[in-house]
Amino acid sequence: MDDLTLAGGFSDPAQQSAQAFRAVMSALARPGRIEAVRGAEPPAPLSQAAGVVLLTLCDPETPVYLTPSLDLPSLRQWIGFHAGAPIVGADECSFAIGPWEELLPLDRFRQGCSEYPDRSATLLVETPLLEARGATLRGPGIRDTAELSLPEIAAFQQNARVFPLGLDFIFTCGDRLAALPRSTEVV
Amino acid sequence: MYVAVKGGERAIDNAHAWLAEERRGDAGVTELSTEQIREQLALAVNRVMAEGSLYDPDLAALAIKQARGDLIEAVFLIRAYRTTLPRFGHARPVDTAAMRCERRISATFKDLPGGQVLGPTFDYTHRLLDFKLAADGEAPRMPAPPAEPQPVPHVTGFLNREGLIEEAAPDETPPPDLTREPLEMPASRPLRLQSLTRADEGFTLALAYSTQRGYARNHAFVGELRIGAVAVEMDIPELGFAIEIGEVTLTECETVNQFKGSKTEPPQFTRGYGLVFGQSERKAISMALVDRALRWEELGEDFTGAPAQDTEFVLYHADNIQATGFLEHIKLPHYVDFQSELELVRKLRREAGAGDTPEQMEAAE
Amino acid sequence: MSDDYNFAYLDEQTKRMIRRAILKALAIPGYQVPFASREMPMPYGWGTGGVQVTAATLTPDDRLKVIDQGADDTTNAVSIRKFFERTAGVEVVTSTSEASIIQTRHRIPEEPLGDDQILVYQVPIPEPLRFLEPRESETRKMHALEEYGLMHVKLYEDIARHGHIATAYAYPVKVEGRYVMDPSPIPKFDNPKMEMAAIQLFGAGREQRIYALPPWTRVVSLDFEDHPFDPSKAEHPCALCGAEDAYLDEVITDDQGGRMFVCSDTDYCETRRANGHRGELAEDAA
Repeated sequence: MDDLTLAGGFSDPAQQSAQAFRAVMSALARPGRIEAVRGAEPPAPLSQAAGVVLLTLCDPETPVYLTPSLDLPSLRQWIGFHAGAPIVGADECSFAIGPWEELLPLDRFRQGCSEYPDRSATLLVETPLLEARGATLRGPGIRDTAELSLPEIAAFQQNARVFPLGLDFIFTCGDRLAALPRSTEVV
Repeated sequence: MYVAVKGGERAIDNAHAWLAEERRGDAGVTELSTEQIREQLALAVNRVMAEGSLYDPDLAALAIKQARGDLIEAVFLIRAYRTTLPRFGHARPVDTAAMRCERRISATFKDLPGGQVLGPTFDYTHRLLDFKLAADGEAPRMPAPPAEPQPVPHVTGFLNREGLIEEAAPDETPPPDLTREPLEMPASRPLRLQSLTRADEGFTLALAYSTQRGYARNHAFVGELRIGAVAVEMDIPELGFAIEIGEVTLTECETVNQFKGSKTEPPQFTRGYGLVFGQSERKAISMALVDRALRWEELGEDFTGAPAQDTEFVLYHADNIQATGFLEHIKLPHYVDFQSELELVRKLRREAGAGDTPEQMEAAE
Repeated sequence: MSDDYNFAYLDEQTKRMIRRAILKALAIPGYQVPFASREMPMPYGWGTGGVQVTAATLTPDDRLKVIDQGADDTTNAVSIRKFFERTAGVEVVTSTSEASIIQTRHRIPEEPLGDDQILVYQVPIPEPLRFLEPRESETRKMHALEEYGLMHVKLYEDIARHGHIATAYAYPVKVEGRYVMDPSPIPKFDNPKMEMAAIQLFGAGREQRIYALPPWTRVVSLDFEDHPFDPSKAEHPCALCGAEDAYLDEVITDDQGGRMFVCSDTDYCETRRANGHRGELAEDAA
């Protein structure tokens, strides 16, 4: 195990993960809002924000899927050491991480079932651009409308149509993140 | 003049101080040590360990002392402590066939390999108050030292050789964990057993008793009841083998139940199973009867509507910590909901023409 | 703050499990997410769900307010506040506007909450259909199939018998046109406040459920066209602060049938009095 694996975790897990969770919760409860997070330094090419989300939410109980460009020994080891999360295929994961093109097609991921719609995957979308401009959003967490830069529109519209089933998305870019739950209508 | 109720904090502190004083009782009487509780109130200690799901006689004794002998309160203390403990791993399934039995009886065979061993039981005591205990409490010495406890074969094994009792093959599937995952229906047998072993003894007893009286009667015989110590072993991946990490005393009860066969199963004896921490006979037998009653579906029997057959009813109400918490929470203030009910009832009465008495009406205006 | 336990009492893995449940709950507003509730050092039914949600949500920078029946000084509110003072070392406050997290039992504060605030409800029975159907396996199917006819029949029977819907608290709501949800035993007077700027989280410890409402989620109290929902309360002003718009406790003042009505929200009442508002029985009323 090299230094890169051992480094880059939270120095104070209880407090840093509490702060990071609040940022993630705030973003998910208010689609379109962009939050900054800090505390993790994952190996490249994983963004700092994705690293923070991983450390905050993942552990041995949450299987993780890495898309091909992220499925590197250095990342596998880092996730294994700091979160203890098993790395699995797309159809089994609770969390998936990767750039948008590599996450497609989305029907590979667990969407939940009608009695337990919560048993669905959360996708961490690594994105080069994240700003509160672009597609118009409506739904819970949004008073009137909000805007967010999205990699496309149709996939999210389709995702919202199967509500209460569906996937939830967290977009990560550098040290910032935003979220789009299945309840959001993209117009 | 009305003054808003204040000082909740001081009231709580005072209540705690008073409680501590009451717990101690008359300071002229020697204080009870936890060792005395552990040694002399061992069956209370066993119950607290069983329902608290934590095998630690010293902590259970402390909990009983702190709870002033209220065993459900003591179980609660143990449970709350237990959840804070880190989990290092899982033990291997204990081997009750290797149990060093200090008590082992069978109601189905007069004699059998290993023999009937009565052990330390109340069974044939005459329930006469022993005033000598009040005087000095010194127990008479045993006339002869007990034989060293030995492993003896399981009674159901004898029936199994003839194919008279259903197979219970070992199953390597990891059981679900009630303490780490939310309870979900339908519940598998391992989950039901896990819930029953920590279930309230009184609740389990009453359900078991109801099956004997005809609410899902299942004709149980105590095939075997055994009490003794078993080794707890844990696999150590770094070593590549299991090592013994300790020993626990368990009570195991296997019932043999008459079964005429069903659409899916041939006529044969069926099993009910009880396994409980410590010497906890009443609980282990009750557990076995309730386990058997809950197995109606897998054995292709009819659901008669009996409470002991109703998995959801049994599992959702068996935990005395959940039950007592929710029951006792009605002591908490409910001013707000009560007020909204008051207003509703007044309104309905007004409209029904009943109305309050004149002075109440006036005061309420 | 005590060093014997982890920050906010729960271990990190338990917090992660609760946090994941909270996020799913926010993503599916009104749906009850099962979670492996832990045994807490206070009894089930006394706020263990709310306490676990608060513990998983707290940061060291928070200002925590705890109310029971709207009041900061009721004994169980005092007890829960002390628990977090001891285990999380957070600042505790009684002012609604200064709090960043408010844990509540049975009330929504009178003062509107802002978008930087979180309201955590203690929930005894999270299932709105439970009193109509005791089996979890059945009610879960009813939610899955959006089969809420039984609830409407019950409410309509009330109207047939009493001329009104005879539910005064824990009045069921429909969330975003999908899930019927129990708002916890708040008086129906509080229901309209649920469309708010703050995040609302609901924790039911004994029943092992978490559910949530993101800000501005549509929350509609169930009713009928010819019997619209009526959130009204008794027509009295607060005897201490004179508020006309606040929910009131009825207090018996003597054994001659005397009574008075005072705000159940103690912070609201005190703030109003500090700002010079006086009710007819206030000590220094003119």
